Amino acid sequence: MKAAVRRRRNWAGWLFVLPAAAFYVVFVIQPLAMTVQYSLYSWDGIGVATWNGVQNYLRVFTDPDLFAAILNAIKLIVFFSAVPVVLGLAIAATIRRIAASRLALVARTVIFLPQVIPLVAAGITWSWLLSSTGLVNQLLSAIGLESITRAWLGDFSTALPAVGVIGAWVLLGLCTLLLLAGMSKIDPALYEAARLDGAGAFREFFSITLPSLRQEIGVCVTVTVVAALASFDIVYISTQGGPGNASMVPGLEIYYLAFSEREVGLASALAVVLTALVIACALPIQWLTRDRSS
Amino acid sequence: MKTARREALTGRVLLLVLMAFTLMPFVSLFVTALHPSGTYPLGLDWPDDPQWGNFADAFTAARMTELLKSSVLIVLGVVPISLVVATMAGFAIGHLRIPGRRFVFVAFVLGLTLPFEGIITPLYYLVRDMGVLNTRWAIILPLIGLFMPFSVFWMRAHFVNMPEELSESARIDGAGTWQLFWKVHVPLAAPATSSLAILLFLWTWNQFLLAIVLVDDPLQRTMSGALGAFQGQWGTDIPLLCAGSLLILTPTLLVFLIFQRRFVTALLQGSLKG
Repeated sequence: MKAAVRRRRNWAGWLFVLPAAAFYVVFVIQPLAMTVQYSLYSWDGIGVATWNGVQNYLRVFTDPDLFAAILNAIKLIVFFSAVPVVLGLAIAATIRRIAASRLALVARTVIFLPQVIPLVAAGITWSWLLSSTGLVNQLLSAIGLESITRAWLGDFSTALPAVGVIGAWVLLGLCTLLLLAGMSKIDPALYEAARLDGAGAFREFFSITLPSLRQEIGVCVTVTVVAALASFDIVYISTQGGPGNASMVPGLEIYYLAFSEREVGLASALAVVLTALVIACALPIQWLTRDRSS
Repeated sequence: MKTARREALTGRVLLLVLMAFTLMPFVSLFVTALHPSGTYPLGLDWPDDPQWGNFADAFTAARMTELLKSSVLIVLGVVPISLVVATMAGFAIGHLRIPGRRFVFVAFVLGLTLPFEGIITPLYYLVRDMGVLNTRWAIILPLIGLFMPFSVFWMRAHFVNMPEELSESARIDGAGTWQLFWKVHVPLAAPATSSLAILLFLWTWNQFLLAIVLVDDPLQRTMSGALGAFQGQWGTDIPLLCAGSLLILTPTLLVFLIFQRRFVTALLQGSLKG
Protein backbone atom coordinates (compact mmCIF):
# COMPACT_ATOMS: atom_id res chain seq x y z
CA MET A 1 0.00 0.00 0.00
CA LYS A 2 2.63 2.43 1.06
CA ALA A 3 4.86 1.56 -1.90
CA ALA A 4 1.94 2.10 -4.26
CA VAL A 5 1.30 5.57 -2.85
CA ARG A 6 4.93 6.46 -3.18
CA ARG A 7 5.02 5.31 -6.79
CA ARG A 8 1.97 7.40 -7.60
CA ARG A 9 3.59 10.41 -6.00
CA ASN A 10 6.68 9.95 -8.07
CA TRP A 11 4.72 9.87 -11.30
CA ALA A 12 2.87 13.01 -10.30
CA GLY A 13 6.29 14.53 -9.63
CA TRP A 14 7.34 13.92 -13.19
CA LEU A 15 4.26 15.72 -14.45
CA PHE A 16 5.48 18.77 -12.53
CA VAL A 17 8.80 18.75 -14.37
CA LEU A 18 7.26 18.18 -17.77
CA PRO A 19 6.37 21.77 -18.81
CA ALA A 20 9.81 23.10 -17.83
CA ALA A 21 11.52 20.22 -19.59
CA ALA A 22 9.40 20.79 -22.70
CA PHE A 23 10.42 24.46 -22.99
CA TYR A 24 14.04 23.57 -22.32
CA VAL A 25 14.17 20.72 -24.83
CA VAL A 26 12.32 22.56 -27.60
CA PHE A 27 14.06 25.92 -27.33
CA VAL A 28 17.53 25.03 -26.00
CA ILE A 29 18.47 21.37 -26.44
CA GLN A 30 16.93 21.01 -29.88
CA PRO A 31 18.58 24.14 -31.33
CA LEU A 32 21.84 23.08 -29.73
CA ALA A 33 21.67 19.75 -31.55
CA MET A 34 20.71 21.60 -34.74
CA THR A 35 23.75 23.86 -34.39
CA VAL A 36 25.99 20.79 -34.26
CA GLN A 37 24.17 19.33 -37.26
CA TYR A 38 24.37 22.55 -39.34
CA SER A 39 28.06 22.85 -38.53
CA LEU A 40 28.76 19.74 -40.58
CA TYR A 41 27.07 21.07 -43.70
CA SER A 42 27.61 23.81 -46.20
CA TRP A 43 24.31 25.71 -46.37
CA ASP A 44 23.21 29.17 -47.50
CA GLY A 45 20.00 29.00 -45.46
CA ILE A 46 17.77 28.64 -48.53
CA GLY A 47 18.97 25.98 -50.98
CA VAL A 48 20.01 22.39 -50.42
CA ALA A 49 22.62 21.76 -47.73
CA THR A 50 25.61 19.67 -48.74
CA TRP A 51 27.67 17.50 -46.40
CA ASN A 52 30.89 19.22 -45.49
CA GLY A 53 32.43 17.07 -42.75
CA VAL A 54 34.81 18.97 -40.50
CA GLN A 55 35.69 21.52 -43.18
CA ASN A 56 33.82 24.30 -41.35
CA TYR A 57 35.78 23.60 -38.17
CA LEU A 58 39.07 23.64 -40.08
CA ARG A 59 38.13 27.05 -41.43
CA VAL A 60 37.32 28.37 -37.96
CA PHE A 61 40.85 27.55 -36.83
CA THR A 62 42.74 28.42 -40.03
CA ASP A 63 40.92 31.47 -41.39
CA PRO A 64 42.88 34.37 -39.85
CA ASP A 65 39.78 36.57 -39.50
CA LEU A 66 37.74 33.93 -37.71
CA PHE A 67 40.56 32.88 -35.44
CA ALA A 68 41.34 36.52 -34.66
CA ALA A 69 37.76 36.91 -33.40
CA ILE A 70 38.31 34.05 -30.94
CA LEU A 71 41.61 35.59 -29.82
CA ASN A 72 39.88 38.94 -29.35
CA ALA A 73 37.31 37.35 -27.06
CA ILE A 74 40.15 35.88 -25.00
CA LYS A 75 41.89 39.28 -24.85
CA LEU A 76 38.66 40.85 -23.66
CA ILE A 77 38.87 38.64 -20.56
CA VAL A 78 41.63 40.94 -19.29
CA PHE A 79 39.24 43.90 -19.30
CA PHE A 80 35.95 42.20 -18.52
CA SER A 81 37.34 39.90 -15.85
CA ALA A 82 40.81 40.76 -14.53
CA VAL A 83 40.22 44.51 -14.15
CA PRO A 84 36.83 44.33 -12.36
CA VAL A 85 37.90 41.48 -10.08
CA VAL A 86 41.26 42.99 -9.04
CA LEU A 87 39.92 46.54 -8.72
CA GLY A 88 36.79 45.21 -7.05
CA LEU A 89 38.90 43.38 -4.47
CA ALA A 90 40.95 46.49 -3.75
CA ILE A 91 37.89 48.70 -3.46
CA ALA A 92 35.90 46.25 -1.35
CA ALA A 93 38.86 45.76 1.01
CA THR A 94 39.18 49.53 1.42
CA ILE A 95 35.51 50.24 2.05
CA ARG A 96 34.91 47.13 4.15
CA ARG A 97 35.00 49.05 7.42
CA ILE A 98 32.44 51.61 6.37
CA ALA A 99 30.18 49.13 4.56
CA ALA A 100 27.28 49.89 6.91
CA SER A 101 27.48 53.69 6.66
CA ARG A 102 24.83 55.81 4.97
CA LEU A 103 27.24 56.76 2.19
CA ALA A 104 27.96 53.12 1.46
CA LEU A 105 24.25 52.34 1.20
CA VAL A 106 23.78 55.10 -1.35
CA ALA A 107 26.88 53.92 -3.17
CA ARG A 108 25.45 50.41 -3.31
CA THR A 109 22.55 51.65 -5.39
CA VAL A 110 24.67 53.91 -7.57
CA ILE A 111 27.40 51.46 -8.48
CA PHE A 112 24.76 48.92 -9.34
CA LEU A 113 23.24 51.05 -12.10
CA PRO A 114 25.42 49.63 -14.92
CA GLN A 115 24.04 46.16 -14.13
CA VAL A 116 20.47 47.32 -14.50
CA ILE A 117 20.57 49.32 -17.73
CA PRO A 118 20.65 47.47 -21.06
CA LEU A 119 24.16 46.77 -22.38
CA VAL A 120 22.99 48.52 -25.53
CA ALA A 121 22.55 51.72 -23.55
CA ALA A 122 26.00 51.33 -22.01
CA GLY A 123 27.34 50.88 -25.55
CA ILE A 124 25.65 54.02 -26.88
CA THR A 125 26.70 56.10 -23.87
CA TRP A 126 30.32 55.05 -24.04
CA SER A 127 30.46 55.42 -27.83
CA TRP A 128 29.71 59.06 -27.17
CA LEU A 129 32.20 59.36 -24.26
CA LEU A 130 34.97 57.78 -26.32
CA SER A 131 34.28 59.69 -29.54
CA SER A 132 36.69 62.36 -30.81
CA THR A 133 34.76 65.20 -29.14
CA GLY A 134 33.70 63.09 -26.15
CA LEU A 135 34.31 63.46 -22.45
CA VAL A 136 37.37 61.16 -22.35
CA ASN A 137 39.27 63.32 -24.81
CA GLN A 138 38.05 66.49 -23.11
CA LEU A 139 39.50 65.25 -19.80
CA LEU A 140 42.75 64.15 -21.43
CA SER A 141 43.20 67.57 -23.03
CA ALA A 142 42.47 69.24 -19.72
CA ILE A 143 45.43 67.45 -18.10
CA GLY A 144 47.75 68.19 -21.01
CA LEU A 145 47.55 64.85 -22.81
CA GLU A 146 46.08 66.35 -25.96
CA SER A 147 48.60 64.43 -28.08
CA ILE A 148 47.05 61.05 -27.34
CA THR A 149 43.42 62.05 -27.91
CA ARG A 150 41.69 60.19 -30.72
CA ALA A 151 38.44 58.49 -31.71
CA TRP A 152 39.15 55.57 -29.40
CA LEU A 153 36.62 53.17 -30.91
CA GLY A 154 37.65 53.98 -34.47
CA ASP A 155 41.38 53.43 -34.09
CA PHE A 156 42.84 50.05 -35.07
CA SER A 157 45.08 49.83 -32.02
CA THR A 158 42.62 51.08 -29.40
CA ALA A 159 39.20 49.78 -30.56
CA LEU A 160 39.39 46.47 -28.69
CA PRO A 161 40.75 47.92 -25.42
CA ALA A 162 38.09 50.66 -25.65
CA VAL A 163 35.39 47.99 -25.90
CA GLY A 164 37.06 46.35 -22.91
CA VAL A 165 36.80 49.57 -20.90
CA ILE A 166 33.03 49.59 -21.49
CA GLY A 167 32.82 46.01 -20.22
CA ALA A 168 34.92 46.87 -17.17
CA TRP A 169 32.60 49.77 -16.36
CA VAL A 170 29.57 47.49 -16.59
CA LEU A 171 31.03 44.72 -14.42
CA LEU A 172 33.06 46.62 -11.80
CA GLY A 173 30.06 47.46 -9.59
CA LEU A 174 28.74 43.91 -9.57
CA CYS A 175 32.13 42.46 -8.63
CA THR A 176 32.72 45.05 -5.92
CA LEU A 177 29.35 44.39 -4.28
CA LEU A 178 29.66 40.61 -4.54
CA LEU A 179 33.11 40.71 -2.92
CA LEU A 180 31.96 43.18 -0.28
CA ALA A 181 29.06 40.88 0.61
CA GLY A 182 31.56 38.05 0.94
CA MET A 183 33.83 40.11 3.20
CA SER A 184 30.96 40.97 5.52
CA LYS A 185 30.67 37.25 6.30
CA ILE A 186 34.24 37.01 7.58
CA ASP A 187 34.48 36.80 11.36
CA PRO A 188 35.71 40.21 12.64
CA ALA A 189 37.64 38.42 15.42
CA LEU A 190 40.07 37.22 12.75
CA TYR A 191 40.92 40.80 11.86
CA GLU A 192 41.28 41.82 15.50
CA ALA A 193 43.65 38.95 16.12
CA ALA A 194 45.69 39.94 13.09
CA ARG A 195 45.86 43.55 14.28
CA LEU A 196 47.07 42.41 17.69
CA ASP A 197 49.78 40.40 15.97
CA GLY A 198 50.83 43.63 14.30
CA ALA A 199 49.70 42.72 10.79
CA GLY A 200 49.38 45.64 8.37
CA ALA A 201 46.62 46.16 5.86
CA PHE A 202 48.48 44.13 3.22
CA ARG A 203 49.15 41.13 5.44
CA GLU A 204 45.56 41.26 6.60
CA PHE A 205 44.34 41.25 3.01
CA PHE A 206 46.49 38.36 1.83
CA SER A 207 46.20 36.11 4.85
CA ILE A 208 42.57 36.66 5.86
CA THR A 209 40.44 38.41 3.25
CA LEU A 210 41.64 36.70 0.09
CA PRO A 211 41.46 33.09 1.30
CA SER A 212 37.97 33.60 2.73
CA LEU A 213 36.62 34.91 -0.55
CA ARG A 214 37.31 31.80 -2.59
CA GLN A 215 33.68 31.25 -3.52
CA GLU A 216 32.85 34.89 -4.28
CA ILE A 217 35.95 35.31 -6.43
CA GLY A 218 34.96 32.15 -8.28
CA VAL A 219 31.53 33.59 -9.01
CA CYS A 220 32.95 36.94 -10.16
CA VAL A 221 35.47 35.26 -12.45
CA THR A 222 32.87 32.90 -13.94
CA VAL A 223 30.31 35.61 -14.61
CA THR A 224 32.83 38.02 -16.11
CA VAL A 225 34.70 35.44 -18.21
CA VAL A 226 31.43 34.26 -19.72
CA ALA A 227 30.48 37.89 -20.36
CA ALA A 228 33.79 38.47 -22.16
CA LEU A 229 33.72 35.34 -24.31
CA ALA A 230 30.06 35.71 -25.27
CA SER A 231 30.11 39.51 -25.67
CA PHE A 232 27.76 40.79 -28.36
CA ASP A 233 25.61 43.80 -27.44
CA ILE A 234 28.42 46.20 -26.55
CA VAL A 235 30.52 45.36 -29.61
CA TYR A 236 27.53 45.47 -31.96
CA ILE A 237 26.61 48.96 -30.78
CA SER A 238 30.02 50.57 -30.27
CA THR A 239 32.21 49.27 -33.12
CA GLN A 240 30.32 46.64 -35.15
CA GLY A 241 33.57 44.69 -34.93
CA GLY A 242 35.58 47.41 -36.66
CA PRO A 243 37.61 49.19 -37.73
CA GLY A 244 38.39 46.41 -40.18
CA ASN A 245 38.19 43.38 -37.94
CA ALA A 246 40.05 44.97 -35.03
CA SER A 247 37.34 44.39 -32.42
CA MET A 248 35.47 41.43 -33.96
CA VAL A 249 34.28 38.84 -31.45
CA PRO A 250 32.82 35.35 -32.07
CA GLY A 251 29.27 36.31 -31.07
CA LEU A 252 29.13 39.10 -33.63
CA GLU A 253 30.89 37.02 -36.27
CA ILE A 254 28.25 34.29 -35.88
CA TYR A 255 25.55 36.90 -36.39
CA TYR A 256 27.18 38.28 -39.54
CA LEU A 257 27.99 34.86 -40.99
CA ALA A 258 24.52 33.44 -40.41
CA PHE A 259 22.35 36.41 -41.29
CA SER A 260 24.37 38.61 -43.67
CA GLU A 261 26.80 36.32 -45.45
CA ARG A 262 24.47 33.32 -45.40
CA GLU A 263 27.20 30.90 -44.37
CA VAL A 264 25.02 29.01 -41.93
CA GLY A 265 27.35 26.00 -41.70
CA LEU A 266 30.40 28.10 -40.88
CA ALA A 267 28.43 30.24 -38.42
CA SER A 268 27.27 27.07 -36.66
CA ALA A 269 30.79 25.65 -36.43
CA LEU A 270 31.93 28.89 -34.81
CA ALA A 271 28.90 28.71 -32.49
CA VAL A 272 29.89 25.20 -31.40
CA VAL A 273 33.47 26.33 -30.78
CA LEU A 274 32.26 29.35 -28.77
CA THR A 275 29.91 27.23 -26.68
CA ALA A 276 32.65 24.68 -26.02
CA LEU A 277 35.07 27.48 -25.08
CA VAL A 278 32.61 29.01 -22.61
CA ILE A 279 31.92 25.67 -20.96
CA ALA A 280 35.62 24.77 -20.95
CA CYS A 281 36.35 28.01 -19.06
CA ALA A 282 33.34 28.05 -16.73
CA LEU A 283 33.48 24.46 -15.46
CA PRO A 284 37.09 24.41 -14.15
CA ILE A 285 36.68 27.81 -12.47
CA GLN A 286 33.57 26.54 -10.70
CA TRP A 287 35.34 23.34 -9.74
CA LEU A 288 38.49 25.08 -8.46
CA THR A 289 36.70 27.62 -6.33
CA ARG A 290 33.86 25.48 -5.07
CA ASP A 291 33.32 25.50 -1.36
CA ARG A 292 35.21 22.42 -0.27
CA SER A 293 32.78 21.68 2.53
CA SER A 294 29.79 21.24 0.20
CA MET B 1 42.04 54.38 16.60
CA LYS B 2 43.89 56.79 14.36
CA THR B 3 44.43 54.16 11.65
CA ALA B 4 40.75 53.24 11.78
CA ARG B 5 39.75 56.83 11.16
CA ARG B 6 42.25 57.18 8.34
CA GLU B 7 40.98 53.99 6.75
CA ALA B 8 37.40 55.19 7.00
CA LEU B 9 38.39 58.43 5.28
CA THR B 10 40.20 56.60 2.46
CA GLY B 11 37.15 54.41 2.09
CA ARG B 12 34.82 57.39 1.81
CA VAL B 13 36.98 59.09 -0.80
CA LEU B 14 37.22 55.89 -2.80
CA LEU B 15 33.45 55.42 -2.69
CA LEU B 16 32.92 58.94 -3.99
CA VAL B 17 35.40 58.37 -6.83
CA LEU B 18 33.70 55.11 -7.72
CA MET B 19 30.28 56.75 -7.73
CA ALA B 20 31.57 59.57 -9.93
CA PHE B 21 33.07 57.04 -12.36
CA THR B 22 29.74 55.23 -12.53
CA LEU B 23 27.59 58.33 -12.89
CA MET B 24 29.81 60.38 -15.22
CA PRO B 25 28.53 58.71 -18.40
CA PHE B 26 24.94 59.47 -17.45
CA VAL B 27 25.78 63.10 -16.68
CA SER B 28 27.53 63.47 -20.02
CA LEU B 29 24.52 61.90 -21.76
CA PHE B 30 22.20 64.31 -19.99
CA VAL B 31 24.02 67.57 -20.74
CA THR B 32 24.60 66.52 -24.33
CA ALA B 33 20.89 65.83 -24.73
CA LEU B 34 20.21 69.50 -23.93
CA HIS B 35 22.24 70.88 -26.84
CA PRO B 36 20.52 72.02 -30.04
CA SER B 37 19.62 69.06 -32.22
CA GLY B 38 22.17 68.27 -34.94
CA THR B 39 25.12 70.04 -33.29
CA TYR B 40 28.38 68.39 -32.18
CA PRO B 41 28.86 69.52 -28.58
CA LEU B 42 31.78 68.70 -26.30
CA GLY B 43 31.52 65.77 -23.90
CA LEU B 44 30.68 67.79 -20.83
CA ASP B 45 29.44 71.24 -21.64
CA TRP B 46 26.35 72.90 -20.16
CA PRO B 47 24.53 74.56 -23.10
CA ASP B 48 23.78 78.30 -23.09
CA ASP B 49 20.22 77.60 -24.06
CA PRO B 50 19.12 74.18 -22.77
CA GLN B 51 16.80 72.51 -25.28
CA TRP B 52 14.39 70.68 -23.00
CA GLY B 53 12.22 70.13 -26.05
CA ASN B 54 14.74 67.50 -27.26
CA PHE B 55 13.21 65.04 -24.85
CA ALA B 56 9.76 65.62 -26.32
CA ASP B 57 11.18 65.27 -29.85
CA ALA B 58 12.96 62.05 -28.92
CA PHE B 59 9.76 60.77 -27.30
CA THR B 60 7.98 61.16 -30.62
CA ALA B 61 10.90 60.00 -32.76
CA ALA B 62 11.41 56.86 -30.69
CA ARG B 63 7.63 56.25 -30.49
CA MET B 64 8.01 55.65 -26.79
CA THR B 65 4.41 54.74 -26.01
CA GLU B 66 4.40 51.91 -28.54
CA LEU B 67 7.83 50.73 -27.40
CA LEU B 68 6.72 50.62 -23.79
CA LYS B 69 3.63 48.66 -24.73
CA SER B 70 5.68 46.17 -26.73
CA SER B 71 8.20 45.60 -23.95
CA VAL B 72 5.47 45.23 -21.36
CA LEU B 73 3.67 42.65 -23.52
CA ILE B 74 6.87 40.65 -23.92
CA VAL B 75 7.59 40.76 -20.19
CA LEU B 76 4.00 39.69 -19.47
CA GLY B 77 4.51 36.77 -21.80
CA VAL B 78 7.84 35.62 -20.40
CA VAL B 79 7.72 36.21 -16.65
CA PRO B 80 4.42 34.59 -15.47
CA ILE B 81 4.84 31.45 -17.58
CA SER B 82 8.48 31.06 -16.53
CA LEU B 83 7.59 31.49 -12.87
CA VAL B 84 4.82 28.89 -12.84
CA VAL B 85 6.70 26.34 -14.92
CA ALA B 86 9.99 26.76 -13.03
CA THR B 87 8.34 26.70 -9.61
CA MET B 88 6.63 23.42 -10.47
CA ALA B 89 9.87 21.89 -11.71
CA GLY B 90 11.86 23.19 -8.74
CA PHE B 91 9.25 21.75 -6.40
CA ALA B 92 9.40 18.32 -8.04
CA ILE B 93 13.20 18.18 -8.19
CA GLY B 94 13.92 19.76 -4.81
CA HIS B 95 11.05 18.54 -2.69
CA LEU B 96 9.16 15.58 -4.18
CA ARG B 97 12.41 13.70 -4.72
CA ILE B 98 11.24 12.15 -7.95
CA PRO B 99 13.28 9.29 -9.40
CA GLY B 100 16.02 10.51 -11.73
CA ARG B 101 15.96 13.99 -10.16
CA ARG B 102 19.72 14.19 -10.14
CA PHE B 103 19.87 13.60 -13.88
CA VAL B 104 17.13 16.16 -14.59
CA PHE B 105 18.85 18.72 -12.40
CA VAL B 106 22.26 18.26 -14.03
CA ALA B 107 20.62 18.51 -17.46
CA PHE B 108 19.22 21.91 -16.53
CA VAL B 109 22.42 23.11 -14.85
CA LEU B 110 24.46 22.38 -17.97
CA GLY B 111 22.46 25.08 -19.72
CA LEU B 112 23.39 27.76 -17.17
CA THR B 113 26.37 29.25 -18.99
CA LEU B 114 25.22 28.54 -22.54
CA PRO B 115 25.88 31.62 -24.68
CA PHE B 116 22.76 32.66 -26.61
CA GLU B 117 24.84 33.09 -29.77
CA GLY B 118 25.47 29.35 -29.66
CA ILE B 119 21.90 28.57 -30.67
CA ILE B 120 20.66 31.77 -32.30
CA THR B 121 21.00 30.46 -35.89
CA PRO B 122 18.77 27.38 -35.50
CA LEU B 123 16.38 29.39 -33.32
CA TYR B 124 15.75 31.61 -36.33
CA TYR B 125 14.77 28.66 -38.52
CA LEU B 126 12.84 27.02 -35.69
CA VAL B 127 10.80 30.12 -34.97
CA ARG B 128 10.23 30.67 -38.69
CA ASP B 129 8.91 27.12 -39.12
CA MET B 130 6.56 27.67 -36.18
CA GLY B 131 5.19 30.64 -38.06
CA VAL B 132 5.89 33.21 -35.36
CA LEU B 133 8.91 34.98 -36.89
CA ASN B 134 8.54 38.78 -36.59
CA THR B 135 5.93 38.51 -33.84
CA ARG B 136 6.50 38.99 -30.12
CA TRP B 137 6.10 35.24 -29.64
CA ALA B 138 9.43 34.83 -31.45
CA ILE B 139 11.07 36.51 -28.45
CA ILE B 140 8.77 35.20 -25.72
CA LEU B 141 8.85 31.45 -26.36
CA PRO B 142 12.64 30.99 -26.80
CA LEU B 143 13.35 33.26 -23.83
CA ILE B 144 11.22 31.08 -21.54
CA GLY B 145 13.30 28.10 -22.63
CA LEU B 146 16.60 29.97 -22.32
CA PHE B 147 15.78 31.23 -18.82
CA MET B 148 14.66 27.77 -17.70
CA PRO B 149 18.07 26.50 -16.48
CA PHE B 150 18.52 29.45 -14.14
CA SER B 151 14.86 29.54 -13.04
CA VAL B 152 14.75 25.83 -12.20
CA PHE B 153 18.12 26.07 -10.46
CA TRP B 154 16.88 29.02 -8.40
CA MET B 155 13.57 27.44 -7.40
CA ARG B 156 15.16 24.09 -6.59
CA ALA B 157 17.53 25.85 -4.20
CA HIS B 158 14.47 27.17 -2.38
CA PHE B 159 12.57 23.88 -2.24
CA VAL B 160 15.55 21.82 -1.11
CA ASN B 161 15.49 23.77 2.14
CA MET B 162 11.79 23.28 2.84
CA PRO B 163 11.26 20.81 5.69
CA GLU B 164 9.70 17.48 4.79
CA GLU B 165 7.35 17.62 7.81
CA LEU B 166 5.47 20.51 6.21
CA SER B 167 4.30 18.32 3.34
CA GLU B 168 3.70 15.31 5.54
CA SER B 169 1.27 17.15 7.80
CA ALA B 170 -0.59 18.51 4.77
CA ARG B 171 -0.82 15.01 3.33
CA ILE B 172 -2.23 13.69 6.60
CA ASP B 173 -4.91 16.36 6.24
CA GLY B 174 -5.72 14.74 2.93
CA ALA B 175 -4.08 17.11 0.45
CA GLY B 176 -3.03 15.70 -2.92
CA THR B 177 0.25 16.72 -4.53
CA TRP B 178 -1.45 19.37 -6.65
CA GLN B 179 -3.17 20.98 -3.63
CA LEU B 180 -0.04 20.62 -1.55
CA PHE B 181 1.85 22.55 -4.21
CA TRP B 182 -0.61 25.42 -4.67
CA LYS B 183 -1.99 25.75 -1.14
CA VAL B 184 1.15 25.18 0.92
CA HIS B 185 4.31 25.58 -1.12
CA VAL B 186 3.52 28.36 -3.60
CA PRO B 187 2.62 30.88 -0.86
CA LEU B 188 5.73 29.94 1.12
CA ALA B 189 7.92 30.34 -1.96
CA ALA B 190 6.93 34.00 -2.42
CA PRO B 191 10.36 35.47 -1.50
CA ALA B 192 12.13 33.18 -3.97
CA THR B 193 9.60 33.70 -6.77
CA SER B 194 9.48 37.47 -6.38
CA SER B 195 13.28 37.75 -6.61
CA LEU B 196 13.19 35.50 -9.65
CA ALA B 197 10.46 37.67 -11.17
CA ILE B 198 12.69 40.74 -10.80
CA LEU B 199 15.63 39.04 -12.47
CA LEU B 200 13.51 37.67 -15.32
CA PHE B 201 11.90 41.07 -15.87
CA LEU B 202 15.30 42.70 -16.13
CA TRP B 203 16.81 40.08 -18.45
CA THR B 204 13.77 40.13 -20.73
CA TRP B 205 13.60 43.90 -20.88
CA ASN B 206 17.31 44.11 -21.74
CA GLN B 207 17.39 41.21 -24.21
CA PHE B 208 19.00 42.38 -27.43
CA LEU B 209 20.26 39.49 -29.58
CA LEU B 210 16.94 37.66 -29.86
CA ALA B 211 15.13 40.92 -30.53
CA ILE B 212 17.28 42.00 -33.47
CA VAL B 213 17.52 38.55 -35.04
CA LEU B 214 13.96 37.31 -34.66
CA VAL B 215 11.90 40.48 -35.05
CA ASP B 216 12.36 43.00 -37.87
CA ASP B 217 9.96 45.67 -36.66
CA PRO B 218 11.50 47.67 -33.78
CA LEU B 219 7.99 48.36 -32.46
CA GLN B 220 7.50 44.65 -31.75
CA ARG B 221 10.82 44.31 -29.93
CA THR B 222 12.09 44.70 -26.40
CA MET B 223 13.22 48.12 -25.23
CA SER B 224 16.82 47.13 -25.78
CA GLY B 225 16.26 45.98 -29.36
CA ALA B 226 14.37 49.17 -30.11
CA LEU B 227 17.24 51.22 -28.74
CA GLY B 228 19.57 49.50 -31.20
CA ALA B 229 17.27 50.50 -34.06
CA PHE B 230 16.99 54.03 -32.69
CA GLN B 231 20.77 54.35 -32.77
CA GLY B 232 20.84 53.12 -36.36
CA GLN B 233 18.25 55.70 -37.38
CA TRP B 234 19.34 58.76 -35.40
CA GLY B 235 23.01 57.90 -34.74
CA THR B 236 24.28 61.04 -36.46
CA ASP B 237 22.16 63.45 -34.44
CA ILE B 238 24.02 63.20 -31.16
CA PRO B 239 21.83 65.37 -28.89
CA LEU B 240 18.68 63.59 -30.08
CA LEU B 241 20.35 60.18 -29.70
CA CYS B 242 21.37 61.05 -26.14
CA ALA B 243 17.88 62.28 -25.28
CA GLY B 244 16.33 59.15 -26.77
CA SER B 245 18.73 56.85 -24.93
CA LEU B 246 17.92 58.54 -21.64
CA LEU B 247 14.19 58.20 -22.28
CA ILE B 248 14.52 54.53 -23.14
CA LEU B 249 16.55 54.04 -19.94
CA THR B 250 14.01 55.79 -17.74
CA PRO B 251 11.51 52.92 -17.22
CA THR B 252 14.23 50.51 -16.03
CA LEU B 253 15.76 53.18 -13.82
CA LEU B 254 12.39 53.96 -12.23
CA VAL B 255 11.63 50.31 -11.55
CA PHE B 256 15.14 49.89 -10.18
CA LEU B 257 14.90 52.88 -7.85
CA ILE B 258 11.51 51.75 -6.53
CA PHE B 259 12.62 48.18 -5.86
CA GLN B 260 16.33 48.90 -5.36
CA ARG B 261 16.80 46.81 -2.20
CA ARG B 262 15.17 43.76 -3.74
CA PHE B 263 16.99 44.31 -7.02
CA VAL B 264 20.46 44.43 -5.53
CA THR B 265 19.80 41.47 -3.25
CA ALA B 266 18.24 39.44 -6.06
CA LEU B 267 21.04 40.16 -8.49
CA LEU B 268 23.76 39.41 -5.95
CA GLN B 269 22.09 36.16 -4.89
CA GLY B 270 21.38 35.40 -8.53
CA SER B 271 25.02 35.54 -9.51
CA LEU B 272 26.11 33.72 -6.36
CA LYS B 273 23.79 30.84 -7.09
CA GLY B 274 24.51 30.88 -10.82
